[in-house]
Amino acid sequence: MARNKQHSPMNQLTRWGQLHYRNCRDTVFALADNPIATALTVAVIGIALALPGSLNIMIQNARNLAGSWESARDFSIYMVPGTDLAQAQSLAKELQAADDIAAVKLIAAESALLDFRESSGLGDVLDALGSNPLPHTLVVRPAETAEAAALADLADKLVARTEVDMVKIDTLWVERLNAILDFMNRVVVIASILLIAAVIIIVGNTIRLDIQNRRVEIEVLKLLGASDGFVRRPFLYVGLWYGFLGSMIALFLLVAGGWLLSSPLERLIGLYESDINLLGLDPQTIAAIVGGGVLSGWGGAWTAVSRHLAAIQPK
Amino acid sequence: MIRFDNVSKRYQGTGDALRNLSFEVDRGEMVFLTGASGAGKSTLLRLIAHIEIPTRGQVFVDGVNVGRLSKRQVPAHRRQIGIVFQDNKLLADRSAFDNVALPLVIAGVSDREIPRRVRAALDQVGLLKKEKLLPGMLSTGEQQRIGIARAVVARPRLLIADEPTGNLDPWLSLEIMKLFGRFNEIGVTMLIATHDLNLLNKVRGRRLQLGNGELIDPATDALIF
Repeated sequence: MARNKQHSPMNQLTRWGQLHYRNCRDTVFALADNPIATALTVAVIGIALALPGSLNIMIQNARNLAGSWESARDFSIYMVPGTDLAQAQSLAKELQAADDIAAVKLIAAESALLDFRESSGLGDVLDALGSNPLPHTLVVRPAETAEAAALADLADKLVARTEVDMVKIDTLWVERLNAILDFMNRVVVIASILLIAAVIIIVGNTIRLDIQNRRVEIEVLKLLGASDGFVRRPFLYVGLWYGFLGSMIALFLLVAGGWLLSSPLERLIGLYESDINLLGLDPQTIAAIVGGGVLSGWGGAWTAVSRHLAAIQPK
Repeated sequence: MIRFDNVSKRYQGTGDALRNLSFEVDRGEMVFLTGASGAGKSTLLRLIAHIEIPTRGQVFVDGVNVGRLSKRQVPAHRRQIGIVFQDNKLLADRSAFDNVALPLVIAGVSDREIPRRVRAALDQVGLLKKEKLLPGMLSTGEQQRIGIARAVVARPRLLIADEPTGNLDPWLSLEIMKLFGRFNEIGVTMLIATHDLNLLNKVRGRRLQLGNGELIDPATDALIF
């Protein structure tokens, strides 16, 4: 009866939870017992995780900056002076229906003149002209998916129309910037994979040394009836803690780095008369760093434990 | 409780450690395994604990063929056996209490239950007051008694001991044997390997004598205390 109670699912679950709690707690104490060795390992992991994190933040900021220049992809269609407003409206409607066009804004000649009069302070000069020299203008924002070649074709077709005087388009440099950012994004992915591999190797090697140092203890545990899982678990927790603490160091480095760089960067951006807000750590990046750290720490420990623990048998 | 059926064990390079060994140990029995060094005593105990597997023949413990145990079944098998080693195999960086607690921790006994059972085991070997000391701070005899407390703390049905008095003086050796006698009285099956014939003359139990890996004298009763 007592035996049945011992083996009830609830009891086994409690024992399982108790074992994990013990391992989790004991490995924290074990790491705290060797503060210098722990700090060095965690610092190396932290730096390795901070590198792709910082590159990612840089790219996000560059994309943010490029996003603010999205309007640079806009192009303007100047109608032949004297063209009817109805013709301009008709062209605007036609363009709006096209797949490559996200939005079309019609600036009527009268409205443009009014704006110019207010912003330039040249009202008297404009009065002296007698007639409105400004044409109706269509400001076209291409769809995000629109490619430069398609837009160039569209511009050629528009220029060929009798009511269109000129199309002003220059998107090549934005395309180049986006291509560079796409390339950098790929670099970050590759760097992340390599650095996570480095973390796995660092943790794996640390755990391997730990296993060698505790060889006698492992042999005794196995003699006393410890399962492979029981012996393996503390090492996995150590790897997990290394990864977690390393990710905390990485986050600290990124926050500190961002804080040190924000002031000069904001000044630089201010000089370009831009009101871009610098992006810092977003929840996704934090989750990626912590998750990557924990998983790679655990993975490194698992690799080392799988390779070396089975080789240790009681003699 | 234990049955050996034509068991042989051969080590590469050194020849047969055990040859066609057959014997039985009943539940609750106290059996001494004697013989000179190299007779095969340790090998026999290692086969019971599945530290080695037989080259030929079968070893049964509680009806289970030990040689057929899968890798996953071995830990549970070892948890049913208390083992006392000649060199104690105590962990040098753990206190006497923590060393004795190890089998209970491995078995997943609750944190509340462990101190009570560890202290009961330490009390049985007379070392309750030294629970906080590291093995290095204890005498050889005390270390051996800690090893015995660790072997019995999980209440095994079978206790095997490999030269448990090998490093002890005659008086301490006798004390250890008396301790084993007390465990046997409460129903623990004991199989103790020793080459100390003088000691065996002072304790009760069946003797199995090994020589060159073979059973020489399978049933000789020893004297009483």
